[in-house]
Amino acid sequence: MYVQMEHIYKTFDGFHASSDVNFGVEKGQLAALLGPSGSGKTTILRMIAGLDRPDSGEIMINGVRVNDLPGSKRGIGFVFQNYALFRYMTVADNIAFGLEVQKKSKKEIKSRVEELLELISMQDLGKRYPHQLSGGQRQRVAFARALAPNPQLLLLDEPFAAIDAKVRRELRTWLKGMIGRVGITSIFVTHDQEEAMEVADTIIITNQGRIEQVGTPDEICLHPQTEFVADFIDAARYEALAAARVAKELSYSGSQKLKSRYCSH
Amino acid sequence: MTKREQRTYQQDIVGDGISSIQKVREPRREESGQGIRYLLIGICVLFLFVMLVLPLIVVITNALRDGWAAYREAVFDEYTVKALQLTLLAAAAAVAVNTIFGVFASYLLSKFYFRGRQILAALIDIPFSISPVIAGLVFILTFGNVGWMGDFLKAHGIKIVFAVPGVILATIFVTFPFVFRELFPVMNAQGKDEEEAAALMGAGGFTIFRRITFPHIKWALLYGVILCAARALGEFGAVSVISGHLRGKTNTLPLHVEILYNEFNTTAAFAVSSVLVVLAVLILIARNVVEKFSRAKE
Ligand SMILES: Nc1ncnc2c1ncn2[C@@H]1O[C@H](COP(=O)(O)OP(=O)(O)O)[C@@H](O)[C@H]1O
Ligand SMILES: [Mg+2]
Repeated sequence: MYVQMEHIYKTFDGFHASSDVNFGVEKGQLAALLGPSGSGKTTILRMIAGLDRPDSGEIMINGVRVNDLPGSKRGIGFVFQNYALFRYMTVADNIAFGLEVQKKSKKEIKSRVEELLELISMQDLGKRYPHQLSGGQRQRVAFARALAPNPQLLLLDEPFAAIDAKVRRELRTWLKGMIGRVGITSIFVTHDQEEAMEVADTIIITNQGRIEQVGTPDEICLHPQTEFVADFIDAARYEALAAARVAKELSYSGSQKLKSRYCSH
Repeated sequence: MTKREQRTYQQDIVGDGISSIQKVREPRREESGQGIRYLLIGICVLFLFVMLVLPLIVVITNALRDGWAAYREAVFDEYTVKALQLTLLAAAAAVAVNTIFGVFASYLLSKFYFRGRQILAALIDIPFSISPVIAGLVFILTFGNVGWMGDFLKAHGIKIVFAVPGVILATIFVTFPFVFRELFPVMNAQGKDEEEAAALMGAGGFTIFRRITFPHIKWALLYGVILCAARALGEFGAVSVISGHLRGKTNTLPLHVEILYNEFNTTAAFAVSSVLVVLAVLILIARNVVEKFSRAKE
């Protein structure tokens, strides 16, 4: 396992945000933390990143216990929920920031920034400021900025939440493709079942600070192990059907696609 | 821009928003509305005239009543110049100390969570709610001869009360929430995501402040500094209690005006007042320039 959470507990002023959290993510995998809002997904992600400290339990990354290691030494890239782009820096400066902090040479920084701008297809927009970009472009910049220092692990908090429903699907495909291309182990947070089903190799289901089930989308869909998971995924099916009904009114083929996205075997 | 960001950007705008007043869309004209509008305009104009314009005219005419020569004599009088110097010194000290304090305090209270931050924030506001005269008295009771630290200070030959340090201390006290008050909402609205992102990339505290936090707060900071300076220049109550009114030593400009006035030297009192008016006008201009610039940036 590349990332391993062992018996993690975390409280905020007596509130149990994480209780006995256990799961692992294998190298090269794309895992989704899926659960209702407030179920402790962000808390888990922040603990892996070193932005929060667990009260007890072990966090292992690549076989090393990282509890006492600052976030900047854990080899991670983090994409914040609202991207947290540096608003007074250009796109290029945003991407360069992590490299400048590492005191890389000017030449090296320049070529890496160009390479990443090309990766996200924004070669001509390097001089823009974040507020001059669309939601999707901001997400891509945040992605490139997180990748710039060559992290081994990418963490993304609700990467699609701030994006128009219309382009969300497109970006999802793009991000999955990108992560596959870069080959980086990734964990992303979502409360959207459809999103998790479509994008992730492994789904980790959270509920009230606990882990309900860990498995592939098919396992979760076909063999829910707890009542909560069964309900949660059932609700998802229901939503999909409702969405499909709406889609049907628009186009028949569209609804077919929507249905087949669930529980593909 | 998403709704959320628009909100943040609005919160970022520095100052009281007066200079954006012309952007308010004119409401639909209705006959009854018209009457109320003119009535309100009338009340405002009348109020401003009686409270502001009239006194200003009185200051200027009285200052120049005995001609330019008398005016210049009063303004360039040795004690007036000394008082002006002390006023500027106290204001500069207050601005310097409160800028540093305000930046640290608002950084602490907006980016870190700990028990008692509400209490700390409330404590910082105390000078806003305490009468300056009482603040001055408190300093006398603390640092004066019979005061709590009196023996200690005497033993070390340090004089605070009825001396320049006391004047500076009192000025710092009455102005210390200003920079904090301007900075805190802006820093709070910024959130700490950007700082956390930078920290995760390995940036140190100073780099984060210089490259992430400071660009965001610089206009608010400047605005707070200006308000702080304005208040410091005009401070009377606390300074009056602690200074002892030693002419040429611990007199600030407002105190000097009072002394001249009490000596029935009305012309000189008004002439010196006009110096304070000029300083106030300069600050008003600076304030508006800062507001304009900060808006242009958004
Ligand atoms: N810094 C914090 N202080 C207090 N409570 C927090 C803090 N962070 C998270 N929580 C609480 O922990 C719970 C889980 O939060 P979070 O991990 O953000 O959930 P999710 O990301 O699944 O929506 C929530 O009830 C939230 O109120
Ligand atoms: Mg969350």
